[in-house]
Amino acid sequence: MSNSLTQTWFMTQRQLMALVRQPAFLVITLIQPVIWLFLFGNLFKKVTELPGFGSGSYLDYLVPGVVVMSALSSSMWAGMGTLEEIERGTLNRFLTTPVSRGAIMNGNVVQNALSVALQSVIIVVLGKLGGADYPGGAAGLIILVVAGVLLGTIFGAMSNAIGMTVRQRESIIGINTFLLLPLTFLSSAFMAPELMPSWMRHIADFNPVNWAIVAGRSAMAADPDWGDVLTRGGALLALAVAAVWLSTRTFRTYQRSV
Amino acid sequence: MPGNDALAVDARELIKTYSGGVTALDGMSVQVAAGTVFGLLGPNGAGKSTTVKILTTLARPDSGAASVAGHDVAKKPGKVRRAIGVVSQKSGADPVATGRENLILQGRLYGLRGPELQRRADELLERFDLTDAGKRPVKGYSGGMQRRLDVALGLVHRPEVLFLDEPTTGLDPEARQAMWDEIARLAGDEGLTILLTTHYLEEADKLAERIAIVDRGRVVVEGTPDALKGELRGDAVHVELRDPVGEVDARLLTTALTEFAGVRDAAIDGRRLSARADDGAAAVPQVLAVLEREGAKVAAVTVARPSLDDVYLRYAGRRFPDVDAGGAR
Repeated sequence: MSNSLTQTWFMTQRQLMALVRQPAFLVITLIQPVIWLFLFGNLFKKVTELPGFGSGSYLDYLVPGVVVMSALSSSMWAGMGTLEEIERGTLNRFLTTPVSRGAIMNGNVVQNALSVALQSVIIVVLGKLGGADYPGGAAGLIILVVAGVLLGTIFGAMSNAIGMTVRQRESIIGINTFLLLPLTFLSSAFMAPELMPSWMRHIADFNPVNWAIVAGRSAMAADPDWGDVLTRGGALLALAVAAVWLSTRTFRTYQRSV
Repeated sequence: MPGNDALAVDARELIKTYSGGVTALDGMSVQVAAGTVFGLLGPNGAGKSTTVKILTTLARPDSGAASVAGHDVAKKPGKVRRAIGVVSQKSGADPVATGRENLILQGRLYGLRGPELQRRADELLERFDLTDAGKRPVKGYSGGMQRRLDVALGLVHRPEVLFLDEPTTGLDPEARQAMWDEIARLAGDEGLTILLTTHYLEEADKLAERIAIVDRGRVVVEGTPDALKGELRGDAVHVELRDPVGEVDARLLTTALTEFAGVRDAAIDGRRLSARADDGAAAVPQVLAVLEREGAKVAAVTVARPSLDDVYLRYAGRRFPDVDAGGAR
C-alpha cells in the first residue's frame, strides 16, 4: 500500500514538474481567471442593483463562480496530456515497468487536484485584494476549493477517458469548446438563479458545475445553508468517484488495445 | 529445471488478431537462449513489434503461451516486468525532464533509491556519453542522443533480458553505427540476453548470433546468420530486366531458366530476377541466352555471394520490402 502511494507520488511529481517547466502554460492558466474575475466583475457590476439579485457586492458573488469555471476549464484539457503520453510512448514505457497501474492513473488525478487547488487559492486571494468579502471565513473557502477540486476531478477524469478512447486531439478540442460556455452559463456562476429563466434554472439543477458553485457559495455565506452544501457536495463526490472509476476502466480498455 | 532456465525467452504458437480482423501473429514461436543476442528480422507489419509487446506484458495473445526469464507473461507479469528492460520504437522519455531526471524516475519505479540510484544514473550517463547532456531537457537531444538515453533507461535496473525494438530506425548512418557499437558492447555484458527486432538485414547480420526471419506473423526460418546464408548453396545471380514480367510469363521464364541454364531457386519479382548457381559467373551466359530466347530484355546482371536478403527471398517467397527507400540512407 505504502509502495503504491510512493509510486503515485512519483508519478504526480513528474507531472507537476512538467507543468512548472512550461511557464507559458502556467502563466496562461493563472492569468485567465484574473481576466474572468476583473472582466466580468466590471462588466456585470451593476447587476446587483437588479431587484431580487440579493447580494451586495458583485465581486463577492463572482469569486466562487470564477473558481469553479477555472477548475472546469483547466481540467477538461487533461486528456490532451494523456494523449501526448500515449503518442510519445511514455505510457507504454511505464506499463512495462513494475509501477502499479493505479499509480499511473492516480498521478493524473492528484496532479490535477493540486493544480486546481492552487489556482483556486490564487483566485480567492486576488478576489480579496480586489475587495471581495468572505463572510463564511476559512471553512467556507476550504469548501469552495474542495468543490472546485471535485469538479476538476470529474472533468479531468472524463477528459482522460475520452483521450484514451478516441485518441484524437480534435475530438477533445471539439467537446471542450462545445461544453465550456454552456456549462458555465447554465449555472449561477454569473447570474443569481432567481433572475434566470425558469427552464434554465431547472437545467442548472442537473449541472455539476452549478452543484460546485452552489456548494461553495452556500458555504461562504455568513449563515451557510449546510443542506445545500451537503447535497451538492455529496453529488459531486459521487460523480467524481464514478468518473475516476470510468477512466480506470478505459485505461484497461487501452491496455487491451495496445 | 536447467533446461528451462537456459531459455531467456520462450514463446510458443502465439496468435493475436486485432479488432478489425488484422492478424498480427499467426503461430509465432521464438526461443532465445540466455546470454545471447537474438534478432527478429522482417519488414514492417510482419509481427515483430506485436511479439515484443506480448513478451513485455503490454499486450495479451489470443492464444499461445510465452515466458520471459522463466516467468509466464500472462500469469506473472509483475515478475516479468522486474526482469526485463524495454527500449521500444517510440522513445517515451519525458521531453521536459532532463536525461538524468528520466533515469532517476525510471530507477525509482523499479524500487531503486538513494545514493545507489544516483550512482547508477551517473554511471549510465557516462557509459552512453551523455554526462553533459544529462543535465539538459531531453527535448533538445539529437536523435542519436535520445536513442542512447532510451537504451540507458532500459538498463537502469540491470535487467536479465533487454528488448530492443527497432533500435536504429530513423537514425542517420553515423548514429546508427554508434548504436551498433553500443549494442555489440552490451552483448558482451555478462548474462544479458538481448532480443532485437529490425528490418535492416545488415543490422541483424552484424549484431545477432541467431536470427529468425518473420513474415506474416510467423517465423519462416531460424538459425545463425552464417548457417542461413550457407543453406543457400552457391552464388546469387541477380538480373535486372528492362520491363516488368507478369505472373504467367514469370512462371514460364523460371521454368526455362531451371531447365536450360542450370540455375536453382529462380524467382521473379517485377523487374528483378534472382536465381542461384554453384558457379555464378559460369551461369551468366546461359541465363542471358535463355532470357534472350524468351524475349526478356536485360538491363543489368550481378553475381553475389548469398546475403540475408536472399535468405528472406527464399523463405518468404518475395523480395525483402524496401522499407527504407529514401529514408535513412
